[in-house]
Amino acid sequence: MKLLDRFLDGDRIALSRVITLLENDRDRRSEILDSLYPLSGKARRIGITGPPGAGKSTLSDRLTSQLRKDGRTVGVIAVDPTSPFSGGALLGDRLRMQGSWDDPEVYVRSQADRSHAGGLSEATPHAMTALDAFGKDVIIVETVGVGQSALDVSEVSDTTVVLLTPESGDSVQAMKAGLMEIADVLVVNKADREGADRFASELKMVVDMGRWEEDWKPPVLRVSARDDTGMDALYEQLDAHGDYLAGEGHLGKRRLRQGRSAIEKALGELWRGRLTERRERDDTLDRLSERVARREIQPLAAAREIMDGMDGLSN
Amino acid sequence: MAENIRVLVAKPGLDGHDRGAKVVASALRDAGMEVIYTGLRQTPEMIVEAAIQEDVDVVALSILSGAHMTIFPRVMNLLREKGVHHMLLTGGGIIPRTDAEELAALGVGTLFGPGTSTRDIIAYIQEEVDRRRVEDEI
Repeated sequence: MKLLDRFLDGDRIALSRVITLLENDRDRRSEILDSLYPLSGKARRIGITGPPGAGKSTLSDRLTSQLRKDGRTVGVIAVDPTSPFSGGALLGDRLRMQGSWDDPEVYVRSQADRSHAGGLSEATPHAMTALDAFGKDVIIVETVGVGQSALDVSEVSDTTVVLLTPESGDSVQAMKAGLMEIADVLVVNKADREGADRFASELKMVVDMGRWEEDWKPPVLRVSARDDTGMDALYEQLDAHGDYLAGEGHLGKRRLRQGRSAIEKALGELWRGRLTERRERDDTLDRLSERVARREIQPLAAAREIMDGMDGLSN
Repeated sequence: MAENIRVLVAKPGLDGHDRGAKVVASALRDAGMEVIYTGLRQTPEMIVEAAIQEDVDVVALSILSGAHMTIFPRVMNLLREKGVHHMLLTGGGIIPRTDAEELAALGVGTLFGPGTSTRDIIAYIQEEVDRRRVEDEI
């Protein structure tokens, strides 16, 4: 049986192979998505982001168990950074995600970001499409540990959870920009530690002062994922946000935004692909790099020259 | 040469000596591989489940407890039962040569003992993955 037929048949090995192809095989990626994309769009997408060591994997693990108690099937994508020097990666999120290892309705996949900026891998949205098309009810995406930027997760999630710890306190000011703005739910994890209450109230103040585009103001929750404390409240808030999205076309608006962002990302991907191809065919890029280095031409003008030389995007 | 090689490094059994596994995991990462590290006290069932979900090319087990004649065959059988045939099952630990030969007859790859250079392990994995990778018909 061919791979996609096995996938549609519910074969988990086929799901794994499909995700690998979406990650590695630029030539066939688009062909696979032709088949899978129309089947996706049904799953609830929850993004979890926050600084390294905040407890994203542990939270994902606990959340997964809770979702399973509700009978919802779960797919998790956990992203860790690729070394820009060796191209290798140590993917350790699975270490803390073994609560449902023997549950066939839970699928956990580790992904290296392959030096893609933004906190996710270029292939993360594609892997989400695969899990969605496979029939998972909920998809949890866990970003690499991030600070102030790396906000891609909000462009692929219906609900974004920003996870902080009491130790994140000093950086609240910086976090007002960026990370704070993508939060639909704010979680102070490791709330058993000193300073958690004060930090949570400070966060609440920041939220109250902020201007929020929509009429959903992110709740601030205190959680200790390790001890399963506060998880019920988080679960309720995630449901509440789900209900909020379902009303008044909010979800439609988000999906539209996701679609636009996906196209923009794909455009970038195509351009980079064309550029790589071109580099193999001729030496324009090398030649222009030398001229830029000698200050004979400035980079923007060089880029324009390359762009003008490309015959459109079709191919 | 095969790119984006994925390796599952796991430590089955009850002994807590994971230094070797960590050293190998780091070396493979530095060789450009994507290493999924699942840590201590993994059962064969957990290992095979993780290997399938992560679609790894290689399952590498560190066994120092003497349980290698139980664990390697069990993992090998589980992989086959689930229909996984392309993955390389390899590993390291204190494993007598006669045992390693017996395991090789079951389809287990080369097992590396103390004092092995990580360079040899890397070269072995690269060669095996080059040979084993299959192109799926979509």
